[in-house]
Amino acid sequence: MTDSKTTNSNTLTESKNMKPTQLTTRQKVELSLSRRRAAETRFRMYGMASVFFGMLCLVVLFTDIASKGTAAFKQTSLKTEIFLDSSYLGLTKDSKVDEVRFANFEGLIKRQFAKNFKPSGRKETRELFKLISPGASWQIQEALLANPEVLDTTISIELLMDDDVDQWFKHDRDLSTDETNDRLSTKQLSWLNNWVEEGRLDTHFNTLFFTNGDSREPELAGIHGAIKGTLLTLMVTLLLSFPIGVAAAIYLEEFAPRNRMTEIVEININNLAAVPSIIFGLLGMAIFINVFGVSRSTPLLGGLVLTLMTLPTIIISARAAIKSVPPSIREAAYGLGASKNQVVFHHVLPLAMPGMLTGTILGMAQALGETAPLLMIGMVAFVVDVPGFINDPSTVLPVQIFLWSDSPERAFMERTSGAILVLLSFLVLMNTTAVILRRRLERRW
Amino acid sequence: MSTSMQHIENHITTGIPLSQNPKLAARNVDVFYGDKQAIFDVSLDIGANEVIALIGPSGCGKSTFLRTLNRMNDTIDICKIKGEILLDDENIYGADVDTVPLRARVGMVFQKPNPFPKSIYDNVAYGPRIHGLAQSRVELDETVEKSLQRAGLWNEVKDRLHAPGTGLSGGQQQRLCIARTIAVDPEVILMDEPCSALDPIATAKIEELIDELREKYTIAIVTHSMQQAARVSQRTAYFHLGQLIEVNPTKQVFTTPQHELTEAYITGRFG
Repeated sequence: MTDSKTTNSNTLTESKNMKPTQLTTRQKVELSLSRRRAAETRFRMYGMASVFFGMLCLVVLFTDIASKGTAAFKQTSLKTEIFLDSSYLGLTKDSKVDEVRFANFEGLIKRQFAKNFKPSGRKETRELFKLISPGASWQIQEALLANPEVLDTTISIELLMDDDVDQWFKHDRDLSTDETNDRLSTKQLSWLNNWVEEGRLDTHFNTLFFTNGDSREPELAGIHGAIKGTLLTLMVTLLLSFPIGVAAAIYLEEFAPRNRMTEIVEININNLAAVPSIIFGLLGMAIFINVFGVSRSTPLLGGLVLTLMTLPTIIISARAAIKSVPPSIREAAYGLGASKNQVVFHHVLPLAMPGMLTGTILGMAQALGETAPLLMIGMVAFVVDVPGFINDPSTVLPVQIFLWSDSPERAFMERTSGAILVLLSFLVLMNTTAVILRRRLERRW
Repeated sequence: MSTSMQHIENHITTGIPLSQNPKLAARNVDVFYGDKQAIFDVSLDIGANEVIALIGPSGCGKSTFLRTLNRMNDTIDICKIKGEILLDDENIYGADVDTVPLRARVGMVFQKPNPFPKSIYDNVAYGPRIHGLAQSRVELDETVEKSLQRAGLWNEVKDRLHAPGTGLSGGQQQRLCIARTIAVDPEVILMDEPCSALDPIATAKIEELIDELREKYTIAIVTHSMQQAARVSQRTAYFHLGQLIEVNPTKQVFTTPQHELTEAYITGRFG
């Protein structure tokens, strides 16, 4: 091996000294060889560098979101004993649900806290009460509704803390007390430090984040409403855009006469795919709300608008899938006397299905992450209730993220990242489904 | 050689283009692809139960002519046809003729084996199914078995009828395509270079098969192999630049061709 290398380099150095015209073909090839290899190596480096850069950006993005967002899945609460005083609440064990709902649990908690932690003066009392989340009274109410027998006994319960306490406990409690906390006073911090020492303050998995709708209070705000809204919206989008898109693609590809009209339709579909999505929102507002009277902020309306947006994507990918079906299969079917319909539905469609599904899922993923057109049709409204069906007011995940990212509270920032994590998991899930589905369908033959 | 590159003005086909007992009869057929004319005034009979070979250099229009015989060219938008093609004295280009029953009567086997990406059974059963030829599952099974037997494939595939047809070898795939065609029980079978993608052994099997099929069907075969034309056909038609130059009994075409272009082609001077 070494021999051949040295002879090679010898011929190279020799040939470099000669004039090009004196070189043999073989020597010319060898000369060009090193140049070609260098070009290839260079190109490979560029490629690797760009892949590396892309991966780096992705890693930075994910670590940033994950480091900010994972804290949103934890929530701070305080372990407290509370005496459920029936005379104070004005309830008996036989009280109806409605009566329980209107009982003054907030006052009960305040009375208990004032008794336990002895604030002096109105200012301190107010500060003490501010540490507790408004959701705490709802927790006690639920506990009582679940088991009326606990009335007139002392129950131990993990009470939800205010978002300022939550942020302090999760992020700032190790900081020295010299660093003033502009959200919490010295007295509040001393209570909190006491509770930490007593082991009463602790974090738990934040189930409320997944079971609640939106709220003004960060510790009570959840993504259930947004997820339900997203699912309903996507359901409407899928049910409308897949059949319409596939039917349009089949018609354009297989049945439409090749004339000026078809050409215009084709060009416009391709153009639609490039229209900024907010335009579809304006269109939805003008047509669906003003002309057809679809109610605002609903998944039905969102689905209609997103259908307009995803249709071009689905049509284009479905047409590409139909085009990629080998003509020999069509000829075989035509040769046997199959009608056009039979050729399309027995042969072309099954073979094009994997490609169509891939395009559809990509379109759906696009719709899942879409915000702009939904802002135009009122899905940016503050909706507390979880939507039941497609005609209830609701919001969707990306819009919820947009809403929270606009809030000043630190805890909402955390929730923004948490919701982004959930959205990204949905996207990954959908894309994985697309890949698996395609493999399954293609593996048949 | 310059003569071979030009059209012959007012050419009248040499030999015997007509037949005593025609199954298919082409009369003054012109075919156009857009502005370009591919076939010039071809009149040719294909007799019942005969195998006719269509030969000629590449681009001479023999495949185009074959595809006019069951209107496969209809699927090409820019293709226009003039003249008449009579199947049992009925013009298949008539105003009220439906291509679906026509193609059931005039089947086609293509150059490249093109089984459907379905099982062997479903490939053969497809034609009978869409035309409603079998009343019951049992009858369909029988049709499939009979067709595969006639195509000489039954013994090789009877244990794996539900395996994919695309998993067979090239020669087997082509015989599967023939089985698929004859499952519809056509009257005429058109074959467009059926052996060009096959090895000599598979080719021999197909040629043998063509010989057997002649008893029941009328066959028109396009081929680039003159040996094949000589082996399987009774009559041979020589096409040149879209014109039908000569039609004569195969033996005569290959021993004593009447037209100088035919002679030039079969002696290998061009093509």
